[in-house]
Amino acid sequence: MGSQGGFYQSKEFLDLVKSIGEARSKAEEDRIVLSEIETLKRRISEPDTPKRKMKEYIIRLVYVEMLGHDASFGYIHAVKMTHDDTLLVKRTGYLAVTLFLNEDHDLIILIVNTIQKDLKSDNYLVVCVALNAVCKLINEETIPAVLPQIVELLAHPKEAVRKKAIMALHRFYQKSPSSVSHLVSNFRKRLCDNDPGVMGATLCPLFDLITNDVNSYKDLVISFVSILKQVAERRLPKAYDYHQMPAPFIQIKLLKILALLGSGDKQASENMYTVVGDIFRKCDSSSNIGNAILYECICCVSSIYPNPKLLESAADAISRFLKSDSHNLKYMGIDALGRLIKISPEIAEQHQLAVIDCLEDPDDTLKRKTFELLYKMTKSTNVEVIVDRMIDYMISINDNHYKTEIASRCVELAEQFAPSNQWFIQTMNKVFEHAGDLVNIKVAHNLMRLIAEGFGEDDNTADSQLRSSAVESYLYILGEPKLPSVFLQVICWVLGEYGTADGKYSASYITGKLCDVAEAYSNDETVKAYAVTALMKIYAFEIAAGRMVDMLPECHSLMEEFLASHSTDLQQRAYELQAVIGLDAHAVESIMPSDASCEDIEVDKALSFLNGYIQESIEKGAQPYIPESERSGMLNISNFRNQDHHEASSHGLRFEAYELPKQTVQARIPPASLASTELVPVPEPVYPRESYQTTTVPSVSSDAASTELKLRLDGVQKKWGRQTHFPSTSTSNSTSQKTVNGITQVDGSNTANSRTRETYDSRKQVEISPEKQKLAASLFGGPSKTEKKSATGHKSSKPSSHMVKSHAPKSSMEVASEKTSPVQQPPDLLDFGEPTVKSTAPSLDPFKDLEGLLEPTTQVSSAVNHSSTAAVTKSPDIMGLYTETPAGAHHKDSDILSGLSNSPMTNMVGGTTTMQVAQTSKSPNLKDSLEKDALVRQMGVTPSSQNPNLFKDLLG
Amino acid sequence: MIHFVLLISRQGKVRLTKWYSTYSKKERSKVLRELSGVILTRGPRLCNFVEWRGLKVVYKRYASLYFCMCIDPDGNELEILEIIHHYVEVLDRYFGSVCELDLIYNFHKAYYILDEILISGELQESSKRTVVRSVAAQDSLVEAAKEETGSTISNIIAHAAK
Repeated sequence: MGSQGGFYQSKEFLDLVKSIGEARSKAEEDRIVLSEIETLKRRISEPDTPKRKMKEYIIRLVYVEMLGHDASFGYIHAVKMTHDDTLLVKRTGYLAVTLFLNEDHDLIILIVNTIQKDLKSDNYLVVCVALNAVCKLINEETIPAVLPQIVELLAHPKEAVRKKAIMALHRFYQKSPSSVSHLVSNFRKRLCDNDPGVMGATLCPLFDLITNDVNSYKDLVISFVSILKQVAERRLPKAYDYHQMPAPFIQIKLLKILALLGSGDKQASENMYTVVGDIFRKCDSSSNIGNAILYECICCVSSIYPNPKLLESAADAISRFLKSDSHNLKYMGIDALGRLIKISPEIAEQHQLAVIDCLEDPDDTLKRKTFELLYKMTKSTNVEVIVDRMIDYMISINDNHYKTEIASRCVELAEQFAPSNQWFIQTMNKVFEHAGDLVNIKVAHNLMRLIAEGFGEDDNTADSQLRSSAVESYLYILGEPKLPSVFLQVICWVLGEYGTADGKYSASYITGKLCDVAEAYSNDETVKAYAVTALMKIYAFEIAAGRMVDMLPECHSLMEEFLASHSTDLQQRAYELQAVIGLDAHAVESIMPSDASCEDIEVDKALSFLNGYIQESIEKGAQPYIPESERSGMLNISNFRNQDHHEASSHGLRFEAYELPKQTVQARIPPASLASTELVPVPEPVYPRESYQTTTVPSVSSDAASTELKLRLDGVQKKWGRQTHFPSTSTSNSTSQKTVNGITQVDGSNTANSRTRETYDSRKQVEISPEKQKLAASLFGGPSKTEKKSATGHKSSKPSSHMVKSHAPKSSMEVASEKTSPVQQPPDLLDFGEPTVKSTAPSLDPFKDLEGLLEPTTQVSSAVNHSSTAAVTKSPDIMGLYTETPAGAHHKDSDILSGLSNSPMTNMVGGTTTMQVAQTSKSPNLKDSLEKDALVRQMGVTPSSQNPNLFKDLLG
Repeated sequence: MIHFVLLISRQGKVRLTKWYSTYSKKERSKVLRELSGVILTRGPRLCNFVEWRGLKVVYKRYASLYFCMCIDPDGNELEILEIIHHYVEVLDRYFGSVCELDLIYNFHKAYYILDEILISGELQESSKRTVVRSVAAQDSLVEAAKEETGSTISNIIAHAAK
């Protein structure tokens, strides 16, 4: 095709690009871009700008925006440009709008009309350009405007148009499935399109459709299988071959679809076995694309109804991946292993050492993937090792996103498989200590619940042991200088509930600690609130036990502070504490029964305990309550007012009516009395309120009561709004999730136990360090049973062959690199080296692949080049050598930027050096690059001078 | 699905960005900043994949240019690597042994080519020949349009006169 890369742009633009390239700092770059924006703003709004100029301005806008600056002033001009008649201008306009606008932009409505017009064009290129824009810009609201036209285009004579039309419909399906649900038959039809490109494109929407509804497409299994078979048998045109593989991207898509269709469907799966097996056999595992297909095959096999033969092939492929030197393949192998162990858990142990290697690999990506695998294979026998490792890793990283994820995984595994309560609490402590506020608050609630409930067994001593150990560990941890808020909440709650339960610690000791917490974290109101409530509990337990309460001085001062706090929540808690302390033992015990956090609370929705009171009132002449539903009139008025009005109107005189609100209030909603009782602790109304508070019924669930409650509190909401919030969130969890957890726990451990017994192994690895062995043993099962004797021989032979294999290519590469580039780093600049190195015989030239890729013309020259400058080409970063030697100007980093930013003086020299460099290094395309270089300099731009990287072939 | 495609030079200069999922301007620059920080600092011989905010970024270095694509966590990374390579090969055919300079000055061409390979985050065409042909078809028409700017109008007039 030759070089199409002429520079159509004006010198101005080239200068801009160059000066940005030379910018030494981000600030400098910003300055240049800002002045460019000013220029463009001025020019673009000038009247009568020629189209060609305008087109260039728009491209410059795209450039500016690409650098992260705002070019929104020019959007409208780009939109206008799409209206243009000439394809040249129109294409630029469409490109700009698709890059500028997100689908929710206001300007899109202005483009829809143009798109409609262009879709009707008789020039198929215009239609294609418009379809590109459709895929990016048409949003849910504008789909109907273009849908009929696009459906029509499905029958367009040009395959390029059909293909894009399919993709557009696919996009519509993603945006709003209902908009194209009636068009499914069209997709099916296009599957039989004559053009393989259109067929391949059709697989995209079909994949989505099948993902959402497998059963409607079971009839297509046969078609997909036969297409895949034909593809694998190279029936498609040669143009679809990629690195000697027949249409690999289509194969991969088909395998994905088959995986969906065959999942859990024996009959459908049986149709696929042959073809998948064929592909396993045919796949060339020495090329990257071959491995991509192999990986997809493994995914397919692990998704469809299991077939022993295919599983075996999959396991083979996985072990090849894992034994490879390429990190990429190891990564894929770990991932594939994670998929396959769901079906055949026993294959994991063959690879235990590979897995451990990956776990200890310096590559974070690989490590994380391995943790994911471990997470999948955790059971009660190895949970301790795995979670410990996860926590260690969690501590070592800074990436908050991943920290959160791995913390929640630790928690999940610990909850599911914890071998002992002690361990569980310690693990949770670690997680909280290190991941702290990243942990979901629910986890904290779960932990509190767990401590409160114990492990669901009836053994009370175990539970109290659990609690004592929790208390003990928390008292110890409180010594740490800084703890996350969530964790402190848990600590306060547990200390309040169980701090004095076992009598080991005195109330004054615990309260002292709680006061310390409240003081140390004085800007965290939630923690302070937890601390105050915990104090209240401790004192209440003391009083109930008949002991004298003797408030610490620091507690007194704390209370004084809180009584005057700006936080109404804290204030209220403090007042409550004050009130509770003043009560007698009997009252306190019913308010704050000890260890009652998981007692079920009976909610008397009918509030029958008030019947007597009501009776009395009615006898005194009060009006009986009329349920809302039975009332008439006054429809659209809120409940609260409704009532008042009702009563007011029925009673002529106000004086008596005064009593009525009181009656209804107390009759129906005890919490409402809260407001009044707060300041004056009258024992009678306190009962219902306090029992609500401590035991915390999530009374929100009883709808009648809750609406009342909200309404009633309206008047005082500003003051008391938060009060109900805290206690109910913290403990409502505990009641609701109790049973669920109990069940899963038992289940989980049972199944895990039975499974692990099967996978015990005690094989000895000769060449492996005992540490790793130990780790392997603890991960993959304890060394208790010897089940697989045959495996021993099998295993020990495997690693050795692996060693031999891997050594040969490595050494050859090493030699090559030593010979050529002692200056620069190893030959993996171009990733080409990787796939070839890892897998095949040492004799294979890593660049062999390359030759196939290049154009016939370049192929010749490159072949020549290979022989002549074999050493040079071997090390792809040879450029580094050249930058340093010929120019003499010793640039540390041989990159474009530093090259571009040369001083004018070296620039002159640079001109010649570039030539040299281009000549020697880039010999396969020597002429091209020379031309380019000449052209650039002709334009007056010397972008590269010393820096040859700019001219360096991307493909090597 | 591919969420976005980025071309970043070794110095962190952005050479091309294409967003298939919706990202606000702020998010875009954040993504660029974060990812170039992660990818450019990765050593050689490591995986070509990075897990990032629950998604996966597959990247590959060609000379001094990094090609990055961000995909869903369940995607096939090796396939994406090959899609990147497919793109580079097409670029190579189109420009005739492509180098970074081609992409710097002709970034819009790189966009046109990308538009023929990927559409709304999916691979639309896996035949190099087809892609190159369709881009060439557009180009040739553009060339033609350049030469005969006046004649299209006369064509229309002739058409209308019939």
